[in-house]
Amino acid sequence: MTPIILQVRNLKKYFPVRANLFSREQKVVHAVDDISFNVTKGRTLGIVGESGCGKSTTARLIANLMPADSGAIIFNGEGVGEIGGLELKSFRKKLQMVFQDSFASLNPRLTISETISYGPMVHDTSKEDAHLQAHDLLAKVGLDPDLFASRYPHELSGGQRQRVNIARALAFNPEVVILDEAVAALDKSVQAQVLNLLQDLKAEFELTYLFISHDLHVVHYISDDVMVMYLGQIVEMGPVEQVYSEAAHPYTRALLSAVPSMDPAHRTQKSPITGDPPNPIHPPSGCRFHDRCEHARAICASLVPALMPVQSSHVVACHMNHPSSGYETSGSDVQYASAGATR
Amino acid sequence: MSAIKPLVSVEHLSLAFTGNRKAQALTDVSFHLHAGEVLGLLGESGSGKSVTLRTLLRLHSERTTQISGLITVDGLDVLALNSRALQAYRGATTSMIFQEPGLAFDPVYTIGQQIVEVILAHEAVNHSVARHRALEMLDRVQIPQARRRFDAYPHELSGGMRQRAMIALALACKPKLLLADEPTTALDATVQIQILLLLRELQKETGMAVIFVTHDIGAAVEIADRIAVMYGGRIAEENAVAGIVQHPSHPYTAGLLGATVDSSHRGKPLISIPGSPPNLANLPPGCPFAPRCTSASDQCRTECPSVVESPAHADLASPPRLACWHPIR
Repeated sequence: MTPIILQVRNLKKYFPVRANLFSREQKVVHAVDDISFNVTKGRTLGIVGESGCGKSTTARLIANLMPADSGAIIFNGEGVGEIGGLELKSFRKKLQMVFQDSFASLNPRLTISETISYGPMVHDTSKEDAHLQAHDLLAKVGLDPDLFASRYPHELSGGQRQRVNIARALAFNPEVVILDEAVAALDKSVQAQVLNLLQDLKAEFELTYLFISHDLHVVHYISDDVMVMYLGQIVEMGPVEQVYSEAAHPYTRALLSAVPSMDPAHRTQKSPITGDPPNPIHPPSGCRFHDRCEHARAICASLVPALMPVQSSHVVACHMNHPSSGYETSGSDVQYASAGATR
Repeated sequence: MSAIKPLVSVEHLSLAFTGNRKAQALTDVSFHLHAGEVLGLLGESGSGKSVTLRTLLRLHSERTTQISGLITVDGLDVLALNSRALQAYRGATTSMIFQEPGLAFDPVYTIGQQIVEVILAHEAVNHSVARHRALEMLDRVQIPQARRRFDAYPHELSGGMRQRAMIALALACKPKLLLADEPTTALDATVQIQILLLLRELQKETGMAVIFVTHDIGAAVEIADRIAVMYGGRIAEENAVAGIVQHPSHPYTAGLLGATVDSSHRGKPLISIPGSPPNLANLPPGCPFAPRCTSASDQCRTECPSVVESPAHADLASPPRLACWHPIR
């Protein structure tokens, strides 16, 4: 059994929305709503979902870039930031993050080698050592240190900047790297280069990745496990091949078939799903997907489905997959039930 | 076939930005489009695809751009239009939808007001007729509860709804040519496919011609009849969709297809194109793709290939075209 490196327990984050001047009601966005999962050492967990589903918030909560409302992050068996657990400062060395916007995540006034050595110097590495290490890392990510070390971020192309961000993330020899849409802003031809680089680095440094993306092809390519989120909750999770070939949740199936076909003779004829994702301020009752789901029945609007296994490590939150949920016997009169429940 | 005049013809279009940041954005771009056709312009950032589209609507500041060449749309010499004729041309003959409908709409007017304004500006109808037409358009683009959304402000709509409203606005005066500048890029996958299907349906219904700019081959395959691949401000290859996807002739097209990730790549390294896209302020003397091309010769590095029609398919209305010294057979 491979060890679990990261455990996320009942993580929750609600963002308050500034209320209307005349209303007293305090509204909140249910960004991440009670999610729990494990990340196995050496594997890549892909997180997919539409915008606003909470995937980036999840990443930021795990990296402790913002405080969670409740829940726990357990790293290698130690509670992060807890008394008697792992200190935040040493946790940050073990978990690093790469962001989507390669330009905004670099300090424009620092040269590339200063950027990479900044972190280690904060953690008591001498200036000389940090600079030497920065040069090594630049070479590792495919940038010639003699050419790039003294340049500034604006002198680099998007792909090169993202390589610098990756080098900076590796400066601590981290165990886990969170890649939040790290290749989304890159052109296709450059994206392939960076994906190859990530795969090579993972093997060389024995990394564990949390790969967040809205691009299902890329997630399929790079991930070992995949987690599908919808409106702040996990709807399906499992080994990538199993989820892609035998998706059990209607939302996962819709997401997978919404990918444009590459065959001009077989174009998509019918949209697998209608409407936009609902507003996370007032998420639908019961299963949050029920108002866009073609299989929805009355029970879906009233009862929240729990994550339950369909196969060993493949879990799904859908009443359809669990005979005991009452879905089979439930009436199809969803309209009435949902109208009553959202009042 | 060649007796029928194309709706759009762009000939030897070159464009240079001469402001603070100089760049040769387009070099000798030529293409034709017949009524009812959908052309996909495919390319990476900086390839000139959006610039081409904006030039068709003359959206660039005249002070800082230098344009040469000829653009004819529906018999009009677009580059020679005076400002009044240009106003009539924009919106009525040709209209455009943008990547960010949130930025394209005026935030202080309702969606309905903005569509009504367009109809009133182009047609001699009274306000109630225009209002009726605007409501009809909102229905046509499948906005639920169109009557309520008519009075909504842009920020009150979701991204997908806003893009639908944008399409309603663009089609309100029945243009002959619709320019679509990455209209689905900012949308989620499940919404993107809905918008693509809607555009395809409306295109069939109205018979308008569409130029669809995208960096996503999948989106282009879903909507286009023909695809023109652009690189470094030039057209590299143009062919029917099936030809581009199944038998790419230009090494760049082949590289782009190879770099597009799909399930069959799992566990294998991706075939990527080395290097990065060219700097438009400092283009290489020969083929713009030569520095990244694996089959580049000395000729490629010094002499730029021109776009040549394939002699084997000269009988077609739009034969495949290619600009490469060493095409893939």
